[in-house]
Amino acid sequence: METLRTITSDEIAECVARLCVRACNELPAAVYALLCAARDAEPYPPARETLALICENVCTAAAQPMPICQDTGMTVVFAEVGQNVHITGDTLENAVNAGVTRGYTEGYLRKSVVADPFRRSNTGDNTPAVLHVRLTAGDRLKLTVCPKGFGSENMSRLAMLTPADGLEGVKAFVLETVRLAGANPCPPMMLGVGIGGTFEQVALLAKEALAELREGPHPDPFYDRLEKELLAQINRMGIGPQGFGGLTTALSVRIKAAPTHIAGLPVAVNMGCHVTRRASETL
Amino acid sequence: MAVSLLSPFTPQALWALRAGDQVLLSGVVYTARDAAHARFCDALGKGEPLPVDLRGQTIFYAGPTPTPPGRSSGSIGPTTSVRMDPYTPQLLRYGVRAVIGKGDRGSAARDAFTANGAVYFVAIGGCAAYMASCVKSVEVVAYDDLGTESVKRLTVENMPLIVAIDTLGHNAYVDGQARYLRDFATDIR
Repeated sequence: METLRTITSDEIAECVARLCVRACNELPAAVYALLCAARDAEPYPPARETLALICENVCTAAAQPMPICQDTGMTVVFAEVGQNVHITGDTLENAVNAGVTRGYTEGYLRKSVVADPFRRSNTGDNTPAVLHVRLTAGDRLKLTVCPKGFGSENMSRLAMLTPADGLEGVKAFVLETVRLAGANPCPPMMLGVGIGGTFEQVALLAKEALAELREGPHPDPFYDRLEKELLAQINRMGIGPQGFGGLTTALSVRIKAAPTHIAGLPVAVNMGCHVTRRASETL
Repeated sequence: MAVSLLSPFTPQALWALRAGDQVLLSGVVYTARDAAHARFCDALGKGEPLPVDLRGQTIFYAGPTPTPPGRSSGSIGPTTSVRMDPYTPQLLRYGVRAVIGKGDRGSAARDAFTANGAVYFVAIGGCAAYMASCVKSVEVVAYDDLGTESVKRLTVENMPLIVAIDTLGHNAYVDGQARYLRDFATDIR
């Protein structure tokens, strides 16, 4: 029998707290690089000015340090738990929520969560987190914190297309989602697109595609071409940074596909803004 | 070139603005988001006074992060305005003279700006660390129980804004995108 590695719930909470603050204050270098490249390539002067201010804000936030955006989001946490990890103390879920409480309180982050969709009283500490757990091989625990702002989250959409809708149906749905979003999700946008699976799985695929911030091309040349084609079409719409016109409507399109049913072609677009954040650590 | 303006505004100061103008705003603005708007309109519907007299004033659709020690404001920026559309005609009729948010408005809200001689300003979304440097003070003045959604009185200095809808109903989203597609996008077609 393999030996178990012990990780305490306090270590997990500490780690989550650190990641909440880091994610809200420091934009991932890959996203910042996309913003700078977009600023340099933008032909429309007002749009270029907007992108320059957006880039400057990223540096100001990191230097202060303070949150890049006032919407420090609902806290989405991905936990990849090695099967040989033994968590002691409290449960994983309680540990993650304790970390969110600590991070959002001590880090002066905004508390944006209400306890009930209708009665809407603020929980006061940004809990509960939205926790996705996956069991993996080994004895490590990887935590990824993705604070998700709702200006962009509100512009996300899901459709249960049919096999006959095909590739053209999926493209039309993605482009329609961008058109309907317009200026609302704080363009330049970042798109996570899930295709396949079941109703609930396709939404998670879209979230993962956005959260992973994959660098480099899609490993499958078919989806690599589709990502590039969609990005090019989106950037021909003219919505531009903040919606005032310009070349830069989106910074990236990332797709995750999964096996699906003979009768189905689910598609989901998780919309991200130009402050698409994440921070990750492995214990 | 940006125009420097002081809030609260005189009606005349707003008439001179045109969609697309860049503005550096100083003076007093009040934050209010979804929950505060619902309470405002509930009070107005019952004929009750608002907890703060907002006639002639500017509303900023914003919920800042908590102010850390030693700073005058936490990170602050606009939230998506279209969510406030159901409340906007009533509040502009009541006398709110300008609002600050982000994103285009629905047709009823657009019409309400022209009908009431009010202006819709936009701040660049997601530039909240930069915008915080323009906020000199933050004071909760109503609905403290709403946390970040409470009504706060801000004094601001040279906050960069864009006129999105002017008193004549011109719209900087429509005009800006059309101008880009007409004059700048030809080489990428």
